Amino acid sequence: MQARRLKAAVAVAAAVTLAVTGCAESKRGGEKSAKSTLVFGAAGAPETFDPTFATDGETFRVARQMYETLLDHKPGTAELSPGLAESWEPNDDGTAWTFKLRENVKFHDGTDFNAEAVCFNYDRWHNLDTEAAQAQAIYYLDVFGGFKSNKGEYGETPYVGCEATDTHTAVIKLKEFQGKFPAAFSLTSLSISSPTAMQKYDADNVVQEGETFAYPDYATKHPTGTGPFKFVKYDEANETATLERFDGYWGGKAKLKKLLFKTIPDENARKQELQAGTIDGYDLPSPADYQTLKDEGFKLEIRDAFNVLYLGINQRGPAKELSDIRVRKAIAHAMNREQLVKTKLPEGASVATQFMPDSVLGYADDVEKYDYDLDKAKALLKEAGAENLKVKFYYPTEVTRPYMPNPKEIFQVLSDDLAKAGIEVEPVAKPWTEYLDAISQTRKHDLHLLGWTGDFNDPINWNGTFFGRGQKGFGTEGMKDMFAAIAKADSIVDQAEKESAWQEVNRRLLSEWLPAVPVSHSPPGIVVKGNIKGLVASPLTAEKFNTVYFS
Amino acid sequence: MLRVVVRRLLQMVLTLFALSVLMFAWLRNLPGGPAIAMLGERATPERVAALNHVFGYDQPVWVQYGRWLGRMLTGDFGTSTSSKMAVARELSQAFPGTIELSFFALAFAVALGVPLGYIAARYQGRPLDSGVIIGTLVGVSVPVFFLGYLLKAGVAVRLGWLPPSGRQSAALDATHVTNFFVLDGLLTREWDAAADAFMHLLLPALALGTIPLAVIVRITRASVLDVLNEDYVRTAEAKGLRRQTIRTRHVLRNALLPVVTAIGLQIGLLLAGAVLTETVFVFRGVGWLLADGIQERDYARLQAIILLAAVVYVFVNLIVDLSYALIDPRVRVK
Repeated sequence: MQARRLKAAVAVAAAVTLAVTGCAESKRGGEKSAKSTLVFGAAGAPETFDPTFATDGETFRVARQMYETLLDHKPGTAELSPGLAESWEPNDDGTAWTFKLRENVKFHDGTDFNAEAVCFNYDRWHNLDTEAAQAQAIYYLDVFGGFKSNKGEYGETPYVGCEATDTHTAVIKLKEFQGKFPAAFSLTSLSISSPTAMQKYDADNVVQEGETFAYPDYATKHPTGTGPFKFVKYDEANETATLERFDGYWGGKAKLKKLLFKTIPDENARKQELQAGTIDGYDLPSPADYQTLKDEGFKLEIRDAFNVLYLGINQRGPAKELSDIRVRKAIAHAMNREQLVKTKLPEGASVATQFMPDSVLGYADDVEKYDYDLDKAKALLKEAGAENLKVKFYYPTEVTRPYMPNPKEIFQVLSDDLAKAGIEVEPVAKPWTEYLDAISQTRKHDLHLLGWTGDFNDPINWNGTFFGRGQKGFGTEGMKDMFAAIAKADSIVDQAEKESAWQEVNRRLLSEWLPAVPVSHSPPGIVVKGNIKGLVASPLTAEKFNTVYFS
Repeated sequence: MLRVVVRRLLQMVLTLFALSVLMFAWLRNLPGGPAIAMLGERATPERVAALNHVFGYDQPVWVQYGRWLGRMLTGDFGTSTSSKMAVARELSQAFPGTIELSFFALAFAVALGVPLGYIAARYQGRPLDSGVIIGTLVGVSVPVFFLGYLLKAGVAVRLGWLPPSGRQSAALDATHVTNFFVLDGLLTREWDAAADAFMHLLLPALALGTIPLAVIVRITRASVLDVLNEDYVRTAEAKGLRRQTIRTRHVLRNALLPVVTAIGLQIGLLLAGAVLTETVFVFRGVGWLLADGIQERDYARLQAIILLAAVVYVFVNLIVDLSYALIDPRVRVK
C-alpha cells in the first residue's frame, strides 16, 4: 500500500517536472563576455521606461541611455549643448523656438527622426488627456504648467503648437516667453520617442481605476528612442534592466555591448556588491566610504555640486520671533557653516552663499554673506527682543540625499551652533516621508533642513522652486514683493538683462527677505571599478555610458 | 473532519475581515502619504492633491475601504505607488523568493534540528547533550538581524565566499519562469544561474533558520525524552523488537507530534523573520517589499501583504491541526 502510494507520487512528480521543463526555455541572449557587459548598481528600480511619467533619478538614469533630448549638456558640465537639435534660436519676444535638427538620426525601431517626430512628441504631451497621465507627467507640468484640456487643478499652458517647417526644422510656439527655456528643453522627461512605436504600443494609455493603475506597453516593454543603447528587457523579479548597444546610433557608438542596471536599494549593499565584484559601479557612495573605496583601487569620480542644502525658517511657526528678519539674520550669523562643511560634508563641498550653485545664471558674488559671528548673532537677537528664542528644529532620519549625506550629524552641528548663540533648540526627528509631510503641510516646525538637486540650468528651477510663491514650510505666503521680483526676472528674454535681474533677486533674498539660510553645496560621487575608463561624471548626475569601456 | 474544516474557514474569514479594517485604519493614519513619498522634495500641495485624487486617496476612508474590498475579492490588489507595478504581479515575483528562502531555512532547521534533538535525548546528561543545549540557547537568543549582519560581514564581505546580497547576480542574465530562481535555473538548464541563486540563499537561510533550528532541537529533545519513558517503549524493548525498529516506529513517530506543531508555528515566525532577513540581505522577497512599502507609504502593497501574511498564517495553522490527524490516528478517530 505504502509502496504503491510512493510510486504514484514519484510518477506524478516526474510527469509535472516533464511538463514544466517542456515549456521552460532558456531565453539568454548571445555570448556573455565580461569585458563588454557593464553592471551598474542602481539605488532604486526604474518606475517606467517612458521618462514622460518619471520623476526620479534612477528612472532617468536608464532613460538617458536610450533617449535623447533636443538640447543636452556638455559632458561633465551643466552647460547647454546641442542634442538632437544642432542649433536653437528664439524669436525676438521669445515666443517661438526654432530648432535645426540633426540629420541621419534613426530611432531604435528604424524609423527616421525628424521635425515631425519632434512635433509629435510635444503635441503628445500637450494633448495628454486622462487624469492619470496628466498627474504623472510631473516634469512636463513643471515646465508647461498645464495641458490642452486640464483634468486637474492645473494652470494655463503657454504651449501653442509645434510646426515642422521642413524635414529638419521644428518650431515650438509659446503664448509668452518663459525663462526656463531653452534650458528646460534638456529635461530627460522631454525625451523624444519614436512616434511609430508610441502609436503602436499605445503610449498615452495610462489606465487608472482607483488604486489600480497600469502603464501601457510602450512604457514597460517597448521604449524607443534615439540613444546609444536600446531596451532589451526588464527582469522584474531580479530588478535588472538590460540594454544593449544600438548599432545605428548617429554619434559615438557605445563601446559596451550590454549595459545592465541592477537595483540594490541599500547603499551599504551596493558597496559590498562592488567589493565582491558582482557589479561594476554605483552611484552616490557614502562620503564615509570614499577613502576605503579609493584604497581598494576603485575609481571615485566627484561631480561638481549642482545642489544646495538650506536651513528653512518658518515665519509662521510656533516661534513668532522668526517673522522678524533680525532674528533670521541672527540665526544665519550663529551658524558656523565653514566648520560644518569641513567636518561633516564630503570632499569638495562648499559653503553656500545663495540658493543656487555658481554655475547657474544669475549667481551673485556680492550677496550678504553672514560670516560666523556669535556676538553679532546675540546682538541681533537682543535688538529684536528675542533673547529667549526657543525653536523646534526638524530633521529627517533614515535618509540620505545627495545634498545631505548625513542629516543627523548636520543637525547636530547646527543645533550646537544655535545653542551657543543662546537659542534653545528642541530637536524633532522624523522619518523621511513623515518629515516631508510635517514640514510642507503643517505649521508645527520652526527650522528644518532640506535641499534640492537641480533639474536644469536656470535660476527658476532654484529660486523659483523655493521662493516663487508662498510655501507653508517657510511661512512665506505674504511675501508678495519676493514673488513679483522672481516672476519678473523669469520673464526677461535678453540674457544679460535676465542675469542682472536674477542677481538682484539673489541679493534681496539674502539681505531683505532671508526666508531660509543657504548652507552648503555637496558634490555627489560616483564609483566604478579601477579598470573602467571613459566615464564622465556629470553635475546633473546625467552620465552617459556610451563612452565607457573596460581597459 | 469536514465540519472542523468549515468552521475553521469561517473563523478565518472573520479574523481576516477584522484585520483588514484595523489595517486600513492604521495605514491611512500614518503621517505622510504615498504621494509625498513619490514626490520627495517636489511635493507641492497641488501635486500631492492631484496624485491623491488619481489614486482615490482623497476619498473618505470607508469609501476607499469598500472599493478596495470589492476589487480585492476579484483578485485585484491595486498598483504599488512606489514601483508602479500591479501588486499582484509584484507579489508573484517576490513571494516565490520568500518561499524559497523560508523553505531552505526550514529545511536546514528540520534536517539538522530533528537529528540533533534526538541525539541530545539519547545522550541525555552527557557532554554532547549539554553542548547541544548551550548551542540552542545561543541560537534562540541571537536576534535574526544581528546574525544576518554577522554572517554578511564575515562570510560574504570579509571572506568573500558567498554573495552579500540580492537573489541572483545580474550579469548571469538568467531566465525566469516560476520566479523560484533555483528551480528556474534547473528547469531552463541554466545550471550556473541555479547555483548562483542557491549561493545567494545560503546566508539568509542560515540566518533565518537558526532560531527555528534551536527551537526544533529543544522540542525534539524534550519530546523524545518523554516518549523514551513511555510504557509502550519499555514493552517493545521487552518484546525483543530490534532497537532500530523501536526508535523509528515507536519513539520518533510519537515524538514528532509536538515537533510538527512547533514547525507550524515556526512558519509563522519565519514570515516575521523574513522581513528582517530580507532587509539585511536586500533579498527581494515579500518581507523586503513590506519594509520598503512602509517607508514609501505604499498603501496598496501593504494592504495586500498584510492580508496575505494573515491568510498564510491562518492557513498554516489549519494545516498543522489537520496534519495531526494524519500522523496520529487517535486524533482522526476523535
